[in-house]
Amino acid sequence: MVTSSNMIEIRGLSVRFAGHEVLKSVNLDVRRNEVLGIIGPAQSGKTTLLKVVNRTIDDTPDVSVTGSVHVDGADIWKLKDLPALRRKIGMVAPLPVGLPLSIFDNVAFAPRMAGLRDRHEIEARVERCLRKAALWEEVKDRLDSLGTRLSGGQQQRLTIARALSHDPEILCLDEFSIAIDPVTTMRIEDVLKEMRSQITIILVTNLVQQARRLADRTAFLLNGELVEVGSTEEIFSETPADQRTFQYVRGIFG
Amino acid sequence: MFQATRFSRRKRRYELLARAVLFLMTLLIVAPLVLIVGYLVYQAWPILSLDFLLTNPRNGMRAGGIWSPLLGTIYLVVISLLVATPIGVLAAIFLNEYTRENWLTRVINMAVLNLAGVPSIVHALFGLGAFVLFAGLGKSVLAASLTLAVMTLPVIIASTKEALAAVPVPFREACWNVGATRWQTIWHVVLPNSVGGILTGVILQVSRAAGETAPIMFTGVVFYKAIKEGDPFAYSLFGQCMALSMHLFTISTQVPGVPKALPYGTAVVLLGVVLAVNALAILVRLRLRSRRKW
Repeated sequence: MVTSSNMIEIRGLSVRFAGHEVLKSVNLDVRRNEVLGIIGPAQSGKTTLLKVVNRTIDDTPDVSVTGSVHVDGADIWKLKDLPALRRKIGMVAPLPVGLPLSIFDNVAFAPRMAGLRDRHEIEARVERCLRKAALWEEVKDRLDSLGTRLSGGQQQRLTIARALSHDPEILCLDEFSIAIDPVTTMRIEDVLKEMRSQITIILVTNLVQQARRLADRTAFLLNGELVEVGSTEEIFSETPADQRTFQYVRGIFG
Repeated sequence: MFQATRFSRRKRRYELLARAVLFLMTLLIVAPLVLIVGYLVYQAWPILSLDFLLTNPRNGMRAGGIWSPLLGTIYLVVISLLVATPIGVLAAIFLNEYTRENWLTRVINMAVLNLAGVPSIVHALFGLGAFVLFAGLGKSVLAASLTLAVMTLPVIIASTKEALAAVPVPFREACWNVGATRWQTIWHVVLPNSVGGILTGVILQVSRAAGETAPIMFTGVVFYKAIKEGDPFAYSLFGQCMALSMHLFTISTQVPGVPKALPYGTAVVLLGVVLAVNALAILVRLRLRSRRKW
């Protein structure tokens, strides 16, 4: 396996749902330890792109996928061990999902499923992940209560803690701030800034300013087409490569 | 501001009318149940005793108790569920958790639903052909139990699938996203949150299996058979047995000179078994609801 500087390489990726093309021949590289923002209006294929990367797209009915995707040098379509691919990737969905388990078990779930048995190690990892997700102080006294009973914002941070619990090398955040308040959003953004040097982050967002605040590079998806990808400065400048990018980030359409 | 308009008065009238009609219909369901149970118990009262449960029918079934048919029914129900539950639950897990929707699974699901609607007399003929004759089991407890199992299987599959589907899909996706396999997801998250619903579905099939007559009289239940009283292992799997439903039919219509209380007593016991099991299902469901986790 060749270690390239790219964590993810996508070439000619097309996805069709029941005949409708949601991604059109997308080429995209995600560099190691960068924050890549992906912006674009609803229905532009952002979520689908993430589902392809960890191959949860396999569970979608009536879908056909073509094109090549390499994660850390490996062709994901040839992988036999899907759980290993998914452990490499932390995935945070738009709506927070606390599993119907205790707060502790929510975070301990992935390590346990990966075979970790040592109780002290699990406890240490749960604390570390909850701290990273800025949730530890709020829940440290009630780790036994149900994760599903937390408030929306707390559940979203629990989801982030869970996404970090299996030590992923890539963290995908899909509209993570949709269901949470601005203050919590800012706290999580601070956490992401701290992590950015150790982990590759893909930040899918409707909020163009969020991408501007966090991303090293930004990609603009529109109706399944990757319009352009470049440094965040470029994308948000007066003169991006494509006129549509300029219009979108200025809120002229979308 | 709060003055009644013609329209609001009419709304109120319709509201009262709707309430009255709906209440009446509910009463119409409850009343016969109370009447039936009351009448049965009243008629059966003189004969109901522990002795009635624990002695064989005597004197050409004109006296004695119902030990032999009662034990037969218990055998049939327990064995049929021991067979149908694992197969049905596991098949439902496969259908709900492992298959994607395509024409094949659609056909299978249709088949399951249609099978659940097949009349029991048809299952009886199938059991006679498949178990009694083809498999060579003869008319026996085992053949009759297997026939009941085949009859309850599609309903167990359908109810189990429904219980599994009640667990939200995002829970599964969250598990897959962190690298849990299908089975880990099922075992740690899906099953713990659907076991109550699955059990309820299975338990409700007990009452159906206990009450059926047609499938078992073709495949293993006899008119009369005396067994050792008080011995719970008195029946052999490969021998024939009596059953409450069949016994009720026999002493009500086939034997002259049966005292009136005898068939009523049998009916009360059969009803009691069924209602007790249903009550158990309700308890399980209540427990499930109090433990809801989301």
